[in-house]
Amino acid sequence: MAQSLDRLRESPSQTAGPYVHIGLTPNFCSISGVYATDLGTTMVNDKTKGERIGLKIRVLDGTGTPLKDALIEIWQADADGLYNSPAELRGAADPNFQGWGRCPTDMETGVCAFETIKPGRVPFRDGRLMAPHITLWIVARGINLGLHTRLYFSDEEEANAGDPILARIEHRIRVPTLVAERQGNAYVFDVHLQGERETVFFDS
Amino acid sequence: MPAESGSNRRPETAAFFQRDRTWHPPALTPGYKSSVLRSPQKALLSFDNTQSEIAGPVFGHAMLGELDADLIHNFAKPGESAIGERIIVHGRVLDERGVGVPGVLIEFWQANAGGRYRHKKDGYLAPLDPNFGGCGRTITGDDGGYAFRTVKPGPYPWPNGPNDWRPAHIHFSVFGHGFAQRLITQMYFEGDPLIWKCPIVRGIADKAAIEALTAILDTQATIPMDALAYKFDIVLRGRRSSLFENRLEGN
Ligand SMILES: [Fe+3]
Repeated sequence: MAQSLDRLRESPSQTAGPYVHIGLTPNFCSISGVYATDLGTTMVNDKTKGERIGLKIRVLDGTGTPLKDALIEIWQADADGLYNSPAELRGAADPNFQGWGRCPTDMETGVCAFETIKPGRVPFRDGRLMAPHITLWIVARGINLGLHTRLYFSDEEEANAGDPILARIEHRIRVPTLVAERQGNAYVFDVHLQGERETVFFDS
Repeated sequence: MPAESGSNRRPETAAFFQRDRTWHPPALTPGYKSSVLRSPQKALLSFDNTQSEIAGPVFGHAMLGELDADLIHNFAKPGESAIGERIIVHGRVLDERGVGVPGVLIEFWQANAGGRYRHKKDGYLAPLDPNFGGCGRTITGDDGGYAFRTVKPGPYPWPNGPNDWRPAHIHFSVFGHGFAQRLITQMYFEGDPLIWKCPIVRGIADKAAIEALTAILDTQATIPMDALAYKFDIVLRGRRSSLFENRLEGN
């Protein structure tokens, strides 16, 4: 026997279940008076720097049916590519932009609508700039461990072509699964949990 | 960079330990039917954390209301309280290195003492408690410690097999310091025989991993003539040491 590494193991994940709203967006499910507002519902204010954009995101199951009981969180840099986080050592992020948002899928349409800004570019580990992107984290009944992926932008073709993460996708036919289509001021993005168009999910 | 209040420690910016996906339940656990059409089937794209995963949002204590960590009273009419076995749930949020993680937002939600959720999709015949909402939140202190007061949730039947019951449980949502640490899980109660029959729990392969989600009765933390106590520690991914890391120019 050798010595022990004395490391703990991460708490195993369990599904958020069908009633995730109670805990994370109680006002959305008619539990009012506990929190003044649901956390993460408003991402921008008048002073936030950057181009205002909307995101319309759906999550589709293996039959193509939109999930109506999922919850999506997004995490992104500000207009200058800085994260509002103590782990951001490159400079001070826009104080009017936390960069984090949360939205349950609409119970009828399955759409998550975010109002945010287009993020700036963030450097990869080797200093090259990644294409503008938003990190997505998806939980729902039937999802045992939160799903991690990214949303890239259809009108950033050149940046996308040089993005070091997109470059790692072996089957190039799957790259578009991470690219949201611009429609007016909004980007439309379908996350496919399964099937031919299954979204590329991350282990990072 | 926003300063951590009361702390002059340099923020940690190294990447996180790789996640052990054999320790977590896999995406597809057919005994839990909802996972069948909602489980990705293709291989995940693996890469070492970038700044997008290393950084994460911060939540300050200022956002908390006075009763946020008291589910017995945060939805109750003035002077009234939720019905059920009164309990304190307490513990620490640690990372895999055993270090307490301060400033972590924990949100929790649960059924009432009868096993009924305050949600329009829950049609279980157990009654709603007019004084129980079922949600609460807190932020860990300097040592990663947290505590909240609630009533013990009841077990409940759910549509999966013809006669499946969830063990009593509390749902937990936890933020670390990096978005890669984001975690949702459930806490079970020591001694509940339903734990080992539950298809959601049984998605976890390792018995030790299930035990890691099972809170232990803590008779030293009870409040005499008031509330029982359960201790539940939560472990988030640890960070690698960046001391000897050979980082390329420009980063
Ligand atoms: Fe539950």
